[in-house]
Amino acid sequence: MSNTHHACDVLVVGAGPAGLAAAWRVATSGLRVSVVDDNPAAGGQIWRGEQAKPSSAEAQTWFERIRSVHIQMINGARVFQQPEAGMLPAETSEGVCELKYQCLVLATGARERFLPFSGWTLPNVMGAGGLQALVKTGLPIEGKRVVVAGSGPLLLAVAAYLRGRGAEVLLIAEQASSLQLARFGIGLFSKSSQAFALKQQLKGVPYRSGCWVLAAHGDEKLERVTLVRGGKRWEVACDYLACGFHLVPNLDLAELLGCEVDRGRVKVDEYQQTTVPQIYSAGEATGIGGLELSLVKGEIAGLAAAGKRDEARKLFPILEKHRKFADLLNRTFALRDELKHLPAPETIVCRCEDVTFERLRVHTSWRAAKLQTRCGMGPCQGRVCGGAVEFLFGWRAESVRPPALPVRVESLIRGETE
Amino acid sequence: MSETVLLSVDGVSVEMPAGSMVSAAILKSGICAFRRSVSGEPRGPLCGMGICFECRVVIDGEPHCRSCQTVCKDGMDVRTDE
Repeated sequence: MSNTHHACDVLVVGAGPAGLAAAWRVATSGLRVSVVDDNPAAGGQIWRGEQAKPSSAEAQTWFERIRSVHIQMINGARVFQQPEAGMLPAETSEGVCELKYQCLVLATGARERFLPFSGWTLPNVMGAGGLQALVKTGLPIEGKRVVVAGSGPLLLAVAAYLRGRGAEVLLIAEQASSLQLARFGIGLFSKSSQAFALKQQLKGVPYRSGCWVLAAHGDEKLERVTLVRGGKRWEVACDYLACGFHLVPNLDLAELLGCEVDRGRVKVDEYQQTTVPQIYSAGEATGIGGLELSLVKGEIAGLAAAGKRDEARKLFPILEKHRKFADLLNRTFALRDELKHLPAPETIVCRCEDVTFERLRVHTSWRAAKLQTRCGMGPCQGRVCGGAVEFLFGWRAESVRPPALPVRVESLIRGETE
Repeated sequence: MSETVLLSVDGVSVEMPAGSMVSAAILKSGICAFRRSVSGEPRGPLCGMGICFECRVVIDGEPHCRSCQTVCKDGMDVRTDE
């Protein structure tokens, strides 16, 4: 194991759209910028694997921008704690990389919200973005029968992508009602031609609103799902269930660094500055808002971190426009209360520690549940069950403790002593 | 760099496009239970992005590797059901 050191003016955590936009703005301001990311390549989830082959003109533009300036990319490195101000150690497969910075931009993105239902722990039941990521990274999906379910615009994008790769998409089950969706439709179509393109790609695939998966069935792996819509239940045989209920911001690193979190997102001012001086945050970590909002937030954060607040201000009107869309998005895909009754008493909620719904519901806080049941104390550190218990019981995580992720003991020791 | 890589999943050879993730190789080999949970349930990948830890396997002798964030390499030895 080897230890490396690295210094820059601005360090960006996360190489998704927000992080790349921030880094580009910093670099064009003439400062030294580095981007650290836990994936093997830049692009985040939405542009995963697209550096060589962008799927949209927008992705291409941004990857070209990134290549046109000097940005130090540190991929495959996971930031897990901050032993002192101005330095973050990141674990790689070779050892620990110590990243020294003057200013920090947290662009840690979002993850899918998973809700427990009977059978959701079976192999081949995955997140919607989860299955897409697997296919993007080499899983053959041709001829496989897939049910896409949950909530949010991601379901459409995933279904279109999978279909384009040869999957037989049997059904898209969206929990939001048709009334909610109609309102969103108006906002969506006035905004983008992408939505129209998606509709074309999904021609012939049933899109059911007010519909969700009640249960997944199978022995050692998924064989079929039970769906419900308007009181009617039916079963569908499938190879994969791609199921995610919109997104939740990744807050752990911000919380670990002492940044205030408000209503489930990193609290920032108009320049994307967090409540901690010299730490900015952008993208989905500061509220779920989609690609366009993430990009402009990233640009503002980058400019502000580079001391160019006047230039950042010029982008405020663009941000406002996209924020309105984001608000509509989040209202449209708000989760219905019926989903709180999805788990049966014996349904596992915490997959790391196999804690059932029945054992959790007697508690009044996540802290109490953790102490009594170990819910949220396994390797994922509540990243999966946290979004679920927040919805099911209204519990919020009370503290994040280092290390933010399971790391090798030698990584911790180095972080402590150097 | 060659277009494909050849690795071993539980002793069976799997050919993957260069740049693929180990998680995809395991599924392609026909295995969908990557590990057993603390109570013995079969589990496979959920999030596909390094968060859920359900896809962890043994890679070249190193336990607890997240297969969804590890790129396939020629000659890699992957063991499931750790």
